[in-house]
Amino acid sequence: MAKSASSLAKRAGAMMNWLDDRMPVTKFWNEVMTGYQAPKNFNFWYYMGSLALLVLVMQIFTGIFLTMHYKPSAAEAFASVEYIMRDVDWGWLIRYMHSTGSSFFFILIYLHMYRSLLYGSHRKPRELLWVFGMFIYLVLMAEAFLGYVLPWGQMSYWGAQVIINLFGAIPKIGEPLTQWIRGDYFISDATLNKFFALHVIAVPLALLGLVLLHLVALRENGSNNPDGIEIKANMGPDGTPVDGIPFHPYYTVKDIFGVGVFLILFSFILFMWPEVGGLFLEADNFVPANPLVTPEHIKPVWYFTPFYAILKAVPDKLMGVIMMGASVGILFFLPWLDRSPVKSIRYKGMWYKVLLGTFTVAFIRLGMLGMAEGTPAQTWEMRIWTLVYFMFFVLLYFMSPGGKTKPVPDRVTH
Amino acid sequence: MSSDDVNKGRRRFLVASTSAVGAVGIGLAAVPFLQSWMPSARAQAIGVPVEVNIGKLKVGELLKVQWRGQTIGVLRRSAEMVANLSKVDAVLADPESIDADQPDYIHGEPRALRPDYLVVNLHCTHLGCVPQMIPQVGPQPFDDNWNGGFYCPCHKSKFDLSGRVYKGVPAPTNLRIPPYSFLDDNTLMIGVSPQGAV
Repeated sequence: MAKSASSLAKRAGAMMNWLDDRMPVTKFWNEVMTGYQAPKNFNFWYYMGSLALLVLVMQIFTGIFLTMHYKPSAAEAFASVEYIMRDVDWGWLIRYMHSTGSSFFFILIYLHMYRSLLYGSHRKPRELLWVFGMFIYLVLMAEAFLGYVLPWGQMSYWGAQVIINLFGAIPKIGEPLTQWIRGDYFISDATLNKFFALHVIAVPLALLGLVLLHLVALRENGSNNPDGIEIKANMGPDGTPVDGIPFHPYYTVKDIFGVGVFLILFSFILFMWPEVGGLFLEADNFVPANPLVTPEHIKPVWYFTPFYAILKAVPDKLMGVIMMGASVGILFFLPWLDRSPVKSIRYKGMWYKVLLGTFTVAFIRLGMLGMAEGTPAQTWEMRIWTLVYFMFFVLLYFMSPGGKTKPVPDRVTH
Repeated sequence: MSSDDVNKGRRRFLVASTSAVGAVGIGLAAVPFLQSWMPSARAQAIGVPVEVNIGKLKVGELLKVQWRGQTIGVLRRSAEMVANLSKVDAVLADPESIDADQPDYIHGEPRALRPDYLVVNLHCTHLGCVPQMIPQVGPQPFDDNWNGGFYCPCHKSKFDLSGRVYKGVPAPTNLRIPPYSFLDDNTLMIGVSPQGAV
């Protein structure tokens, strides 16, 4: 027995050698997994990236199976989604995985981005990493919007109407641009067919490419950590950071644990509450698209509502669109807006905690107001929170250089 | 050949000219792909005029028809509705319809060929939703002094019963009026101007 086992291992080793002579398999594994030193003090916030990657894979996988039954035509789209839900074996499961996955994708991405605000992960030398991440976020928003149009329900139709017409606010080229996007004079079969192509192939390819760039940029400088200090500043005698541990097996095991907990949560929503009271799937979208009637209460899915509230708060078409664009666009500049000598919230003074806390409340409150009916009082509240939202960036820029800080330790704490 | 023999100027010229020709080629090759997104010949052919029978329309009733994929509303207004129009002039952004997208033969407060029939493109000039008609005069959740009109559920734009936009709402201009004409007392032709008019 023992003899045959050792000869099997020998054969496997020979196989690896054969591969390594032709392709850097072992070298690559060592570089990005076992040889990659990650800070040893990661906490809860460091689950989000790998979980987002898991959801991305899940979305692509379930998406491929949905295209096998979905019909991208205005006449058949709505019925084909009903067909998937009722007649295709396990079709309901695959579709609910996809729809629940999209909302969870945004939950994870928002938490992932918030981690940067806490620990300054976007600061030098990781600005480019953040910028790639922001592009991922933008592309993800486009992907979510395009996908939302496909079931061709009332919300799909009127959501598309509103979002495409946002481009119409651009002076001069606005009108022809909206026509170009729609491929027709109104939202029609041509629009749906085009959006299907973009949703299933063009945008996912861009997304994968950006994720790759994001990971390459991450591995170059390595992860930041809750203390916001560089572990490479303290090298041990073996040439690796004293506060670093190999990504594999330590963090692969941690991430697998996170996957377990995440999937329990995910499955609960998926099986028990896939609509989440109209937050993940809206009731109006269970009605087929009707170009003659706008639903009484139109609103985007929850992950767009903070920006939608900013659009609604501004009583001018072009300015509204500009402000909404700016509310996302300004995030790109975050690495350069925060000029504090320390990165992590742990060593920033009270000023940052108050600033970030107010910003957090503003973002959540805008999200809630974005899906509300819109009474005049709510409109005024949206204006105030919009102001607070933008003030965060202004105050951060001016307060961060002189803002109070605490001494930063040389080694990571835990 | 030693490196001294390299003609640097010639090499630079070749690299630059190859790049330039390549860029122009890519630019030209992109045209068909970009152009393919425009409305197709079939989509363009669908925009024919629409004939509407308004004989059965009751006072205060709104008929919705589609013309070129747009929702066109035909509202039969009572004399009272027309008389009420001037009451809101002060809170309108453009009561004279100076910036409005409407044919030259449409003017004044009623914004119609015949004051009792308003023919209007119902898509909100903000982001294209179709506003609801709320003809009742009296306080509404969104306006304490409502004089009857159209209210957009998407972004709370308000218009009067002539499709004129209120001040302080996201919609920038009055609702659009399409070209139309009356074939006879009971028949409207949407998409065709009256004979002799532009």
